[in-house]
Amino acid sequence: MKQIFTIVIFTENKIGLLNRVTSLFTQRHINIESLTTSESEYTGIHRFTVVIHELEDKTFKIVKQIEKQVEVIKAFCFKDDETCYSEIALYKLRLDELSDMKELNQVLEANEAIIKEELGEFLIIEKTGHKEATHQLFEDLKPFGLHGFVRSGRVSLSKTYSTFSQHLQDLETHSKEIITVN
Amino acid sequence: METIAVEKEVGKKTQTLSGAEAVILSLIEEQTEFIFGYPGGAIMPIYDALYGYTEQVQHVLTRHEQGAIHAAQGYARVTNRPGVVFATSGPGATNLITGLADAKIDSTPLVCITGQVPFSLLGTDAFQETDVISLSMPVTKWNFQVTKPEDIPGAIAKAFYIATSGRPGPVLIDITKDAQFADMEYSYKKCTGFRSYIPKPPVDIEKIKQAAELINAAKRPYILFGQGVILSEAEEELATFVEKTGIPAAWTIMGLSAMPTDHPLNVGMLGMHGNYGPNKLTNECDVLIAVGMRFDDRVTGNLSRYAKQAKVVHLEIDPAEIDKNVQTDVAVLGDAKESLRLLAEHCNTNEHSAWLDRFKEYSKIEYDKVIRQELQPEKEGLSMGEVIRRINELTDGDAVVVTDVGQHQMVTCRYAHFKKTKSNITSGGLGTMGFCLPAALGAKLGAKQREVIAVIGDGGFQMTLQELGTIFQTQAAVKIVILNNQFLGMVRQWQQMFFDKRYSSTELINPDFVAIARGFGIEAATVKERNNLDGAVNTMFDHDGPYLLEVMVEKEDNVFPMVPSGASVDEIRLE
Ligand SMILES: Cc1ncc(C[n+]2csc(CCOP(=O)(O)OP(=O)(O)O)c2C)c(N)n1
Repeated sequence: MKQIFTIVIFTENKIGLLNRVTSLFTQRHINIESLTTSESEYTGIHRFTVVIHELEDKTFKIVKQIEKQVEVIKAFCFKDDETCYSEIALYKLRLDELSDMKELNQVLEANEAIIKEELGEFLIIEKTGHKEATHQLFEDLKPFGLHGFVRSGRVSLSKTYSTFSQHLQDLETHSKEIITVN
Repeated sequence: METIAVEKEVGKKTQTLSGAEAVILSLIEEQTEFIFGYPGGAIMPIYDALYGYTEQVQHVLTRHEQGAIHAAQGYARVTNRPGVVFATSGPGATNLITGLADAKIDSTPLVCITGQVPFSLLGTDAFQETDVISLSMPVTKWNFQVTKPEDIPGAIAKAFYIATSGRPGPVLIDITKDAQFADMEYSYKKCTGFRSYIPKPPVDIEKIKQAAELINAAKRPYILFGQGVILSEAEEELATFVEKTGIPAAWTIMGLSAMPTDHPLNVGMLGMHGNYGPNKLTNECDVLIAVGMRFDDRVTGNLSRYAKQAKVVHLEIDPAEIDKNVQTDVAVLGDAKESLRLLAEHCNTNEHSAWLDRFKEYSKIEYDKVIRQELQPEKEGLSMGEVIRRINELTDGDAVVVTDVGQHQMVTCRYAHFKKTKSNITSGGLGTMGFCLPAALGAKLGAKQREVIAVIGDGGFQMTLQELGTIFQTQAAVKIVILNNQFLGMVRQWQQMFFDKRYSSTELINPDFVAIARGFGIEAATVKERNNLDGAVNTMFDHDGPYLLEVMVEKEDNVFPMVPSGASVDEIRLE
């Protein structure tokens, strides 16, 4: 049975590496549901968060293929109940179409959303949460004349102790050892 | 901001050079003997620098970039050293793609260097600009674009290290023309490792013990070995392990020649056109020991009915291969040489004569039903098998045999006997027609003292025959044997068996191959009759220099046994 997996990949910061990683998904006809990349807490190391809807076996295999890429440091994969995850969504409303501020505030409160910025003619609303929640607010804001909407890819942290920093330390000692041999 | 991690040795003297010259000096530092390549605008500064170093490194001007990369593959496969390739940007670079894909899937170490348009023109659709980094990404182990001359030595050092370490593979470095022209401070330091890459996972002794326990208790253990044995130079360790444990061993075509064909425990070839017993008994063994092989579908047939009864031990350097196609019970990660040595130490001395006899029984059935008529045909026309066997006997099994793709390839793997390792060079994983002729050239340059025979179909020969020009120019004494059945034989066989004999576009009206060879200045002859075969073959070997022999064979012979695609290995057909 297909299910949602979050694949977290730590990589060296290299041009084209994202391309190399995503082409592994293309080759296997796996659709990427969401993708987030940015520098991680370790200087010079990037973190990709890839969400896919796939079979477990196929997911485990692609994780190994990802890890095989020479500039990928480590890849992990998680089921939804193994991580704490979130997305951020922004909504743009036209102020001139807003007749009932009170009603809007009720909707925002019920959805735990905030007014991020007022930009003259527009109002930007921000909500973080799971996709279902950001989508709910999207539906709720429709009657107010939604003028723009964007949702980010997922970011996630595992619920357990992360083994990555130990792994990184091991790798660094390991590669120092090889370098000093010659 | 990304840069290549360049290790500068403190105190080491540097010299001011152009990036182009730094490329050549770096290649020389890596003991490059040959560069296979083809010049063009974007790589001209590098070719200009090369002009000053013709004493130290020899450039082989092929007639097509595909020829260059296949030649480099042939060189790499006989020497276990990386093949080096030059090509220009745009069409030069795209012509490398087939060879990169071939080298990637067959784990062949290559360092390819392509010229690129100047940095300022990147992304402008400049003349002969292609995004070779993106194009080659899925078919390289690693690639990198250099835009600054000071990155050149570091990139080349890393390229050699990645290509040759762990599971080898092709790498590509794309160098912008301005970086080739510009000056830099040159010093070279070999790469010996970097953080994100663990080429050889250390062997876990616990896994060895678990594997040994399974093997020691096994009644019908069975070894399958692949190219990993050759790549890690573990031939001796394999022999020791096999001889100590008395376990029958079969090979994939990429593993062929890692163990002498006539070794009493070598039971033959696996896969679609492999031997009868090795396929059948895969589904009867109780412990399957796979060494440096990856359970390709041409080897396993239908996976859902493959060795389901067996416990599986997999000795493998690449973690991504573990459980990819066949679920293992014990996975021993690491270099085959080390794993086999440790495994042999932990396994008991044993023999399995009753089990081995099963292979012999099947071998007799195969002989009666298939091999006899292939080697001593009653038909008038020559069979591929008898030609291969005679050539093999006349060279005493000592030659390097390079094959193309098709029936002649399967027949060669089946009927040539090998004594020495690294003697069977073929395109296994990709099945690239056109591979043979240039690969044979590269193989001959890499193994000058050995006889190198190129066995090619009439179809595949016409895919890269322009390399006769390179063979003529280098005078590499390749012996070329075209097995001419006037068909795209292997496809015709499938049409006969599975498409109701509808020979759609497989018949070839061929040119005069002898005239073609002579036109390239290469001596040639053709032979049709059995009586003249030995004479023709001897003339070929006695000839000093390259030679082409066209052998007319039966038009519609089929290769058997065969595991039809989708069938299980035990459904192997003898006719
Ligand atoms: C580049 C490429 N194109 C197509 C094929 C498909 N193919 C596999 S075998 C074969 C026929 C080869 O014919 P020939 O070279 O005459 O050899 P034979 O099988 O007759 O020995 C073809 C077309 C291939 N393997 N490679």
